[in-house]
Amino acid sequence: MSGTGPEDSADFPHLGEPDDPVSAADTDGAVAGFRGTRRGVTGWFAPPQAGIIRALVSQVAELLGGAEESTTGADSLERSWDTPGEFAAVLGLSEATVLPDDPVLARLLPDAYTGDAEAAGDFRRYTERDLRSGKVAAACTVLATLPEGGGRVELSTDDAQAWLRALNDVRLALGVRLSITEDFEERMAQLDPDDPRSAYFWVYDWLSYLQGTLVRALS
Amino acid sequence: MSVAPAEVERPEIKDDVAPDTPWVTIVWNDPVNLMPYVTYVFQTVFGYTKRKANKLMLDVHHKGRAVVSSGTRESMERDAQVLHGYGLWATVSHDS
Repeated sequence: MSGTGPEDSADFPHLGEPDDPVSAADTDGAVAGFRGTRRGVTGWFAPPQAGIIRALVSQVAELLGGAEESTTGADSLERSWDTPGEFAAVLGLSEATVLPDDPVLARLLPDAYTGDAEAAGDFRRYTERDLRSGKVAAACTVLATLPEGGGRVELSTDDAQAWLRALNDVRLALGVRLSITEDFEERMAQLDPDDPRSAYFWVYDWLSYLQGTLVRALS
Repeated sequence: MSVAPAEVERPEIKDDVAPDTPWVTIVWNDPVNLMPYVTYVFQTVFGYTKRKANKLMLDVHHKGRAVVSSGTRESMERDAQVLHGYGLWATVSHDS
């Protein structure tokens, strides 16, 4: 686990800070990260910050089959079930019974049994679809509440929890792609600034900070 | 009121069934999930006190894994599914 939180990342150089001259114009009471309010949680995002979050959350949702979700819905009961797959989809079952090949998907949709392929397959068949759609729904909540051009975000507790899960999924995805380990901070410090992965490490660290502020705002 | 019959047919009770061994949900350590986040998830999902949730989080962090709930297989599978929703790496097991 990572101990990174608001306390130990206070000096993190944020992407497009609120005092950034480009974005300072319309930041009335800007805050770095999230804070709790009487009705929920509030946060403020500079345009580049909003763009990064929206892009990454969209990518994770797409990877999880976000596009597919929009084609199944109320009208699916009226369709003819030509294939077992379509029938299973109506019942909310997944055809998948094995861990996905893509390591990011494997981390987001892990096996629930170790050393028992049959039990793991059964669990996946009955739960993976719901798990995917829940993650896509959380991503959609972020996209629906975070203005494309940045700005203030006001979240109910439910929406804030969706943000928490969606940000975590993005961090898990980046964690796999960047091979994040417990010694992340040492590796990041040693990374050559010209290394193409450098920007992604910064984004990962910033999202960790942001998630930490959201946990604190909800606690 | 009718009097109960003297002889009631009783369902056969098997006495060779061992008491159910509880199933458990295990959460495994990983390098990405933030410690305060994991504590928050345990509080939110299981309704544990902050103290208990924090202790479990530290067990996961230091020992590599911790049993976070126990009960029927069905309820453990539900717990694992919810924890997967939060991005924690959870498995179900019959022996901890």
